[in-house]
Amino acid sequence: MDTEHKTILALDNIVAGYGAMTILNGTTFNVRRATITTVIGPNGAGKSTVFKTIFGMLKARTGTITFDGIDITNNTPRQLLERGICYVPQGRNIFPELTVRHNLELGGVAAPPSINIDERIEAAMDRFPILRQKADAQASTLSGGQQKLLEIARGLLLDPKLILIDEPSIGLSPLMVQETFEILKDLRAKGVTILMVEQNAKSALQISDDGLVLELGRTRMAETAETLLNDPRVGQLFLGGAMEPTAA
Amino acid sequence: MMDFLTSRAFKGTVFVLLVIGLIVLPFFLRPFGLLLVAMWMVHAVAALGLNLTLGYAGQISMAQGAFVGIGAYCTGLMTLAGVPYPIAFLCSGVLCFAIGWVLGYPALRVQHHYLAFVTLAFSTLVFLVMRNEEWLTNGIYGLTDIPRPVLLGWNTGKAQDFYFFTLLMTSILAFCVWWIISSPWGRAFVALRENPVRALSLGVDTRRYTLMAFAMGSSIGGFAGALYAPLVQFFEPNSFSLTLSLKLLLMVIVGGAGTFFGPFIGAATEVLLPEWLRIAQGYYLIIYAMLVMVLMMFCPTGIIGLGERVIAHLRQKKISSERSAQAQAMGADTADKKEGAGQ
Repeated sequence: MDTEHKTILALDNIVAGYGAMTILNGTTFNVRRATITTVIGPNGAGKSTVFKTIFGMLKARTGTITFDGIDITNNTPRQLLERGICYVPQGRNIFPELTVRHNLELGGVAAPPSINIDERIEAAMDRFPILRQKADAQASTLSGGQQKLLEIARGLLLDPKLILIDEPSIGLSPLMVQETFEILKDLRAKGVTILMVEQNAKSALQISDDGLVLELGRTRMAETAETLLNDPRVGQLFLGGAMEPTAA
Repeated sequence: MMDFLTSRAFKGTVFVLLVIGLIVLPFFLRPFGLLLVAMWMVHAVAALGLNLTLGYAGQISMAQGAFVGIGAYCTGLMTLAGVPYPIAFLCSGVLCFAIGWVLGYPALRVQHHYLAFVTLAFSTLVFLVMRNEEWLTNGIYGLTDIPRPVLLGWNTGKAQDFYFFTLLMTSILAFCVWWIISSPWGRAFVALRENPVRALSLGVDTRRYTLMAFAMGSSIGGFAGALYAPLVQFFEPNSFSLTLSLKLLLMVIVGGAGTFFGPFIGAATEVLLPEWLRIAQGYYLIIYAMLVMVLMMFCPTGIIGLGERVIAHLRQKKISSERSAQAQAMGADTADKKEGAGQ
């Protein structure tokens, strides 16, 4: 990896899990600033668990997580939001019964009083006009893609430096997946770092700078996205056999 | 018109009209009527508090009646001992805030009907303390001759004066609740009710907010008790038995949980309706129970929810008729063009 980018997030030997079950067995990796990094790996590799641990929703038993040079291991979600990390979990995370505007407002719950949330909401609606159009409608009336948009807009309300986004393409039409990826690229251009878990590994790696392969809670490979895309083992395992077999 | 009915301006107008109506009302009522309307306001305040805990934050509590009792006993005992009413009033709220906070801890571990049982046990506990700890509460004899306050030279001793005092305090407390629910606190409470895990990922400290929901709701209940004590001037433990908690729960649900005006309407059905339906005599409870069952079956969001549904229905009808009018106009356009092309 080139060294022109500084590391923004570093996990060192993280062990975490649920109850007696250990999922992460010493996960270690670095994420470079203003890049898109995609985490891939088989089911049960601990991809979502890594995110939950970074975001303080699951306790790390040992190991350290460093963000921007500061130890953030086991900080609360609120503290992490204040530091500039936001987390967009897997699946639908909006509040379907509430209005679109109310959903956006909830993105500002952790905001310090110095931030004018109303202004930020206006800006978000300028950026995603569909949200303004539907501001007073129940969020459940949005299409799947629009709901993801709402979620991303909500996450961006606090101007995060790092976005953890878990399976953004799940349940979206190919067109919406492209749109979501375009938003992520746009954010990267503005200097935001994105760490993403994605089943749709090939398309995700195509827009990524770096890729991580997680297996049984350990980092198997940490390479540039291009290297992973061209790696025959990765191709066979995770990219749906899209790569040429090694024998050929 | 439809939009106006759900707008903030409309809600504000209703509120102002309600207050004006309540200011004018006493000049047309006999003392018993005054007592009844004041009773309604006190119950509405208690229900407003429970609505914060249950309707907004989604934490079921069967102990609101107990908090009204704690507030009433606190104010009653203090004013009987000669403490000025404003201090007693504040103490009732603060005491209930503290106890409510502690009662919130079980809610961090248990939810839904389990939480209902925990709060029910608490309610029973408070009742037993009121009944058995005679040294403090005078046991089953209750407290009598609770004085009505004299505030800045205003003696609220007479029924009409006390009515206005209740109205003033109810307005202030209702405004406070309105302020809480429209603040980020209220927003976060709703997130907590809808989905605690999602709320957590947005930085809502679910632990703190759960405790806060209990503490705030309970403290409003305590204030209701502090108003109740000088209003009735006599009470005993049975006034605050589980029945009161259940009634308050019913008020919130029948009125419309999670809506600002719900508790007012709910309290009216519990306090005023029985008086108006006196003619039905013993059948009243049967009629009321059946109404509640039908309401819950067809409109679980309460009376306010019923109103909102009617408005939504009318609005849909209007939009759909506009759409069909537009569609017809469009159809006419294309027909014209066809004719034009044919010539």
